Parts: sequence; structure tokens; C-alpha cells
Amino acid sequence: MRPQGQLAAFSRHLTDVGLYVEAQASPGLAPTQLILVQAVDWSRLGIAARAWGCRWVAGWGEDMGETIRVNTCFEKAGAYLVARTAVPRAKPVLWSHIDSYPGADRPERHIRDMLGVVFSGHPDKRRWTRHQAWKDSEFPLRRDFPAAGRPQAQTPADHQYNFLLAQGSGVYEIPVGPVHAGIIEPGHFRFQAVGETVLRLEERLGYTHKGIEKIAEGRDADGLARLAGRVSGDSTVAHAWAACMAMEKAAGLEVPPRAIWLRALMCERERVANHVGDIGAMLNDIAFAFGFYQFARLREEWQRVSRAAFGHRFMMDCIVPGGVAVNLDQHFIAAMRDEARTLRKQIGKLMAIINDLPSVADRVRGTGILKPEYAQALGCMGYVGRASGMNFDVRRDAPYSPYDKLTVKVPQHHYGDVNARARTRLEEITASFDLIEGLLVGLPAGPIRVTWKPPVAGTEGLGLIEGWRGEILSFVRFDADGRIARFFPRDPSWTTWPALELLIHDNIVPDFPVCNKSVNGSYSGHDL
Amino acid sequence: MLRILGKIQRLGIVTEPLPKLHEPALTEIGEQLKALIGEQFSGSLAIREVDAGSCNGCELEIQALNNPYYSIERFGVHFVASPRHADMLLVTGPVSRHMEEALRRTYAATPDPKLVIAVGACGANGGEFGASYASCGAVANVIPVDAIIRGCPPTPLDLLRSILEAIGKRSTANPSNKR
Repeated sequence: MRPQGQLAAFSRHLTDVGLYVEAQASPGLAPTQLILVQAVDWSRLGIAARAWGCRWVAGWGEDMGETIRVNTCFEKAGAYLVARTAVPRAKPVLWSHIDSYPGADRPERHIRDMLGVVFSGHPDKRRWTRHQAWKDSEFPLRRDFPAAGRPQAQTPADHQYNFLLAQGSGVYEIPVGPVHAGIIEPGHFRFQAVGETVLRLEERLGYTHKGIEKIAEGRDADGLARLAGRVSGDSTVAHAWAACMAMEKAAGLEVPPRAIWLRALMCERERVANHVGDIGAMLNDIAFAFGFYQFARLREEWQRVSRAAFGHRFMMDCIVPGGVAVNLDQHFIAAMRDEARTLRKQIGKLMAIINDLPSVADRVRGTGILKPEYAQALGCMGYVGRASGMNFDVRRDAPYSPYDKLTVKVPQHHYGDVNARARTRLEEITASFDLIEGLLVGLPAGPIRVTWKPPVAGTEGLGLIEGWRGEILSFVRFDADGRIARFFPRDPSWTTWPALELLIHDNIVPDFPVCNKSVNGSYSGHDL
Repeated sequence: MLRILGKIQRLGIVTEPLPKLHEPALTEIGEQLKALIGEQFSGSLAIREVDAGSCNGCELEIQALNNPYYSIERFGVHFVASPRHADMLLVTGPVSRHMEEALRRTYAATPDPKLVIAVGACGANGGEFGASYASCGAVANVIPVDAIIRGCPPTPLDLLRSILEAIGKRSTANPSNKR
């Protein structure tokens, strides 16, 4: 069945089970379909979607004045659906989707902290994104909350968070962070352990919350693209692309083919850079210095070419509304093909050495297993999901230009350990090399940018991009004068952070770094 | 093991002698850095990196200082896990309000005399994020800052050069600053 056929059938199914469903046209969301659902039916919507085999993609809210609008995005077989409802601002209560979708846990708590929507039936009453920077009676994404806020002279530490405690003889607790030992992002991990064995890990994130959703309001399109490029610096290309795609769909703007192909080229380069660097970092976490330095070297060489070709080592701010900011000089076409071929060979040689080492195998095989049923329940995206049996890639299953004209090979593993995640990433690197060759060969001539035309107030758009961590969803609504009324970027890390808590269970504490790196969730992309 | 050694031998050393651009070469910067560190920090400068709310872009470039091209350790600079071991804090921003207290405590835990460098456009002035209900903006809004490294993110070479400048300024400001 064609993806859109799936959706039509699902909408009919909802009517059959007694929900009042109204389809609404929203060209900026297309091909994603929009349905309006009554708030009282919200719980049954979740149950029906689960029974239908839909994946829970994301949830976000918006202050519409009298009401607070809540959206949930579902996906099945590459077809996306946004279900929308509204609750009165004076009494914003909605039933939680957590019973059907455990992955809805933290997103719903985020909506509660930011907009004050109470999700009844949600078993976890603790705050999530909010620490102590604003009061529990204030909601930063409400319209009457000023972006400057009402901060105290000094924001106190958030030490009153109730972590679940394990008790018993010999059980002890290890608090880690927010300032971590390495050169990495901040967050808090609370381990309950017996001896070396982890009984339980609980994450406490939100430390890098920078108010991205709020400070996006009132920006123009260029300003939003710059902000989106800093949602998570390691995914600057993918996030900027997703935000620009959303804005361009809202504006009905046709982006020149060359620009689209260059965006994909940058996105694949970003994927390779991060996978190569992280494989080195994983080897570092198992104390295999040779592997770390080799892969760090390859990443550096790759980044230097990105800088030579696009003027920035991360290609930050290269994707702009209406196209790309930098053209690719003709001589890079041959140079990048050679570069990809050389890197492919180099990685092959290194892996031949690494695969031969029992000391490496011993640390990564059987370590940090994420069972496929957990990955499924949480809706884990990217290599974390694909190493645990998930079989989804936006580029292949809901293809956007230019991937509709290319073959995207998507690796899939089932064992779900650190090894499987590393293998998945190595295979994704290879798949990206093939794509880069195809993109360079087929790179169309022509302009790289069209003039941005702001859409009318109220127009909305949805961008869906496969970044290196997985599916990125980006929602944008415009206000008057081409200003942004609402921006919601959903980094795939939302789907993989909870997985880390599960996969570390029963492993030893010293294996946490490599387990964490094998998942490599973004703190900044999650905390917003 | 033999294959590892073979690979190491065939590859040789990639650590940069220096890109001769319009700027002092990497090794030149490095040698000056090493001399200053030798003079002021008994040959070893310990840096504690603190991400106080960054987008992770600056972290990736600071990490790159450890790759074989820049290999910052050859100049006596190394990154430490605890502020108690640090001579210098390299702080990326903007400082989120949720990280504000953690940054203050990290600063307090770093022994005197200490140098603080604010890294990146956000560390310098809040960058794209500015100050808001969630962000304090510049690092200097929260703890005293001795030097700033601009850039979004600054390149590893920028970082290396600016760390040198910061140490250089420290010695001119207070020539008796020796350990």
C-alpha cells in the first residue's frame, strides 16, 4: 500500500472506532497529513495509533491565545500524520499517551514545563526541562511570558530532584555531572550500583536549556536558520536543512535543484565526519589509543576538506532559506570523489587491524545491549534503532529530494550491543560514500539560491530530515511580516536518551563511557 | 600488534610542522606556548574544559586539539578531569541558567592563580542565544574572565593561538607570576 493510502486507512479506522476526526488541508505540512481530534479522544487516539502500528514521532504544543494547541506526529511505513487538538488555556488538561508510547514520557513533561499542559495519567509528576530558572507556575512558551524572563540574581542549583533510589545491602550511588570529566556536554547521571554492576541509571538533563523555542519567536527566516544551525552544533547541517525545509514548504518556495543536491552533499559529509570521529572516541573509551588517534586523524582531514569547499569546518550557516550560501567549485567534484575513495580504503585497512584484536572485541561485544523490543517501544531512531532491529530511514522510507533519485542503503542489525551500533555506523559511512559519489556525479548546474518570500501569517511547515543521529523533525509557524511564531525542532536524541538508561542495566560502571558514546545523544539538541 | 606497528611506521607523523600562512606557524605558536608554560606553569598547563550550555560545536574543536594534527600535549598542555587539577578553565557558552551554579562551583574549585578563557561567540557575548530567561549570555556575566576566543566555533588553530596570547598577557600583566 502506498504511504498515503496507509494514512487514509488509519483515518477511516479512527472514525470506525468512534473518534470524531476532521482532516484539514495544510500544504506546508504535506505530504504529512493533518487531522483534528477532540481533546476527549486524545487517549483513544494513542491507543488506536499503537494498535495500528504507528510510531510516536514527536509532540509539541503552542499557545494560541484562548487555547493551547497540542500536536502529536505519528509515522507508519514512511507516511506521517500530525494529529492536533486544543485544550482551554485556563484549564489545559489532556490525557497522556505514555500508556501506549513510553517514548512520549519526556516530551510530555517538556510540554508541561514549557506550556503548562497537564497530562493526566502520566505517572511521573517530576519536572523535566525546568530546573530553577523559572517558577513552576510560569511557562516560558506562553505568550505572556517575556523572553527575558524574570531571572533571579543567581539561579540556584537544582538539587531537589527526586531520583529513584535503590536500597539494599551494598547498594551505593554514583552521581556524575553536570560537569563531566571529558570535553563533552553537561548533564547529570545518577547510578545505583552494587560493586561494579549498574543496577539502575537515571538521567537528569536540561542543563543546556537555552530557550531555543522561545528565542526563535519573532526572528526572520535567516535568523531562524542560524538558530537552527546551533540547536546541536554537531548536526548543524541537518538541523538547518530541516528548519529551512519547513520554512520553504510553508512559503511554497521552490529551491533550485543544485542547492538541494549541495545540501545533501553537506549532510552526508556531516554524517561521515561524526561517525568517523565517534568510532575513534569509542575506541578511546575502551583505552585503544591507536584506534582513537587514527580515526581522529581521518576526521580532521575530512573536516579540512569541508572547510576548503564550503568555508567552514562544520559547514555552519551554509544552508539558508531558499538555497545554500556557498557554491561548490568545480574542482572539488573530482577532489571529493578521490577523498571519499581514499577514506573508504583507509577505514578498511584500519578495521582489518581492529577486527583482529580480541581485546577490542571483548569490550564491545555483548556490552550495552538494547533489546529490539525496547528500541521499538521507545521509537529509537538512527543507528541506535537500526542496531536493535529498527528499519527506518527518512531518506529511503519518506524520501525527500534529492534522495528520491538516489539509492540509500540502510544497514540493520539485531543484537543491539555497542558492537552492533559501531558496525551500523561503519556501514552508514560506506553508504554515505556511495551517496557522495552519486551526488557529485549528478550535481545539477544552475543557481544555488532563490530570493526568500515570506509567507502569510499563520502558515505552517514541517521539515523531516535524516541527520546523522536519525530523523529530525522541524516545525515552523509564521506570524505577520515573515516573523516566526513557533519553532519546534525534535532532535533524534529524544528517542535515544531513554535507551541509554535501559542498555546500561547490568553492565559494569567502567563500560558506561563506551556505552554512552555508542549512543551519543545530543544534550543541546535535547535540552533546547 | 605487528600490524599496528606497521601502520604506525608507514603513516609516519602527521602532526603539523606548520601551515605557513599569514600567521605564525603552528609549531611557532606551539614553541612560544611551550616556553611560556615552562616558565609559568613548570612545564605543564592543565586545562579544565567546561561546557556551560554550548551547542557542542566548540567542544568538538577543543577536542580536535588532541588529534595528531594539533597534538596540543606536545606543548605541555593537557586537559584534566577535575577543576582541582586545573590552571585554566576553558569555558564555552552561553552560560545557561541551569548551568550557572555548576559553573560558579567549578570556578570556586579551581585553585588560584587561575586563568579563565571564554570560548566562542556565545562565550564571548551570548552569540545567537544572547541573554534570556534561560541564558545568562556571556561567560563574563557569571565568572571573571581573563581572555576571550571568538569564532563560531573557533578553529583549533585559533584556540591554540589564543591560549598562548592569554598566557602571554598574564606574564606581562604580572611578571612575577611564576610557580
